[in-house]
Amino acid sequence: MTYFTKHLGALAAGVALGALTAGAAMAEPAMIYDLGGKFDKSFNEAAYNGAEAWKAETGVSYLDTELQNDAQREQALRQFARRGANPIVMAGFSWGSALGTVALEFPDTNFVVIDAVVDQPNVQSIIFDEHTGSFLVGALAALKSETGKVGFVGGMDVPIIHKFFCGYLEGAKMVNPQIRVFENYTGVTPAAWNDPVTAGELTKAAIDKGADVVFAAAGGSGLGVLQAAKDAGKFSIGVDSNQNYLQPGSVLTSMLKRVDVAVTTAFNEAGDDATFKPGITVLGLAEEGVGYSLDEHNASLITDDMKARVEDLKAKIIAGEIVVHDYMTDNTCPAAAS
Amino acid sequence: MDIFAVLSLLDATIRLTTPLLLACLAGLYCERSGVFNIGLEGKMLAGAFGAAVVAALTGSAWLGMLAGVGVGVAFALIHGIASITLKGNQIISGVAINFLAAGLTTLLGQSWFRQGGRTPALPQGGRFAPIELPFASELAGIPILGPIYSELVSGHYILVYIAFLMVPLTFFVLYRTRFGLRLRAVGENPKAVDTAGISVTLLRYQAVLIAGVLCGLAGAYLSIAQGSGFGNNMTAGKGFIALAALIFAKWRPVPAMFACLLFGFLDAMQIRLQGVDLPVIGQVPVQAIQALPYVLTVVLLAGFIGKAVGPRAGGVPYTKER
Repeated sequence: MTYFTKHLGALAAGVALGALTAGAAMAEPAMIYDLGGKFDKSFNEAAYNGAEAWKAETGVSYLDTELQNDAQREQALRQFARRGANPIVMAGFSWGSALGTVALEFPDTNFVVIDAVVDQPNVQSIIFDEHTGSFLVGALAALKSETGKVGFVGGMDVPIIHKFFCGYLEGAKMVNPQIRVFENYTGVTPAAWNDPVTAGELTKAAIDKGADVVFAAAGGSGLGVLQAAKDAGKFSIGVDSNQNYLQPGSVLTSMLKRVDVAVTTAFNEAGDDATFKPGITVLGLAEEGVGYSLDEHNASLITDDMKARVEDLKAKIIAGEIVVHDYMTDNTCPAAAS
Repeated sequence: MDIFAVLSLLDATIRLTTPLLLACLAGLYCERSGVFNIGLEGKMLAGAFGAAVVAALTGSAWLGMLAGVGVGVAFALIHGIASITLKGNQIISGVAINFLAAGLTTLLGQSWFRQGGRTPALPQGGRFAPIELPFASELAGIPILGPIYSELVSGHYILVYIAFLMVPLTFFVLYRTRFGLRLRAVGENPKAVDTAGISVTLLRYQAVLIAGVLCGLAGAYLSIAQGSGFGNNMTAGKGFIALAALIFAKWRPVPAMFACLLFGFLDAMQIRLQGVDLPVIGQVPVQAIQALPYVLTVVLLAGFIGKAVGPRAGGVPYTKER
């Protein structure tokens, strides 16, 4: 194994050296997934699908790795940077400090981070307007709900998940000002991304309190939410990837966050300095970076009226007539206070 | 809080108590025979994995449960060989089992299914369905008792009923049968049992294997009844909570059930307390609520239960002659 990696490393370094002289476009891109695993059917899997789509399109292979714990972040970055991978794309909100350090050490490598902001000349930070996408599924939940109560099960209790919740709450209240929204989080450690049993119990508790639509913004834990809603004959809302197919007829829709598009674009553009866009890129409703999913699995659940109403809201948000509050700007959610 | 909120809370308590209770009784048999069992967690985890794999592949929850029990017994056998036959340290072999189970399940899961250690979603029939007891819907109309019967008693997975029936059964076996008498004796004074012409080794193996069966059931409950599929490290410390409950109950079956119910209740409470305004205190942070079961464990074990003395020969491998 060490023999193999040593030679692979040497080979990659050789390739990188050649690439530097011939322009960075020759190097292999690398993808690093966050905790929760590559196949979480949600956030990381969306990134994986984007990378696979790029591979199918270009026929070029890429490097990737999954993290087992927080301590491996810098290590994984350095490993790929030393091997000459370019660009290095990573998904997850926890990359800030690790990337801040490593980006300085490898000024010739281009980094793309999704869901975090790192201010370095060789880093592109892609963030999504999760609050507007969540607003739309919140509106859908309120339109679907017969009890006037809906639930929210977040993963780890961190600001970015509050951003989902806040948008969801505003969207639900836009449709039904009297609606009650139950807010829950699976946990306070990264293990909360991978705990479907607790997430399922939270869902059952919300359903027992009268909720009939539950939004899962919980990565791998969300599978427990979808299962529990299905068991109880209620509705759930998936997140990040299109999860409608997981429990057809029970998943009302999915809050899409096109991490896959972001990864494919990054692989295409960020490797070459001519097309690399350092700085902050925001993907929102207008860029189709976020949205809600509609396919054959949920077509019967969403009526034309509901769709028309949500499309109207979407157009108004894009036009700036409705401003959805972004929790991350001031760490408050005004809709929760009222 | 109306009656349905209370029933929903108690219902969740029963669901969350079941794996603790099965693991706790597993520990009870094992430790009463004089073999400490730190490895409950690992055996449960391995059982959950075995059950989920077989249920996913065959589409049969019953085969899955059998596989869970089989894997639990296999791990128990490792524990038995290490700590009874080879006279190794029982604590260390238990810890080793925990590590082995945590690593092996993730590794095998990843290499077989390529889903980050998770097993695939269970097909129809691969998961136990809740059992509606007879007359549940007819009796629901009766005030108070009706809802209690139809919501609380009826509508659980079969493993829930098995777990709670195990309590009187364990009581009977332990205190009313010859096997139980010998089991208790071998944990207190193995020399006396040996002198009476009864094999200490055989008794201890029997106890360890019973523990394996119960841990396998607890694991199967987690992965193919309460949950749907195996996830990395899905036992999340339940084996250790069960161990705490066992000590708290001073190694007796009926108090063990109440101890497990208490921990299950706290777990159900913390799920329902999130984001709720409590009188006087106001809203409690999620972190504080989620720490509650563990804080209470420490407080109860440290102060309130008095001295908990385990089986006297616990932790000591039996050697016939010095």
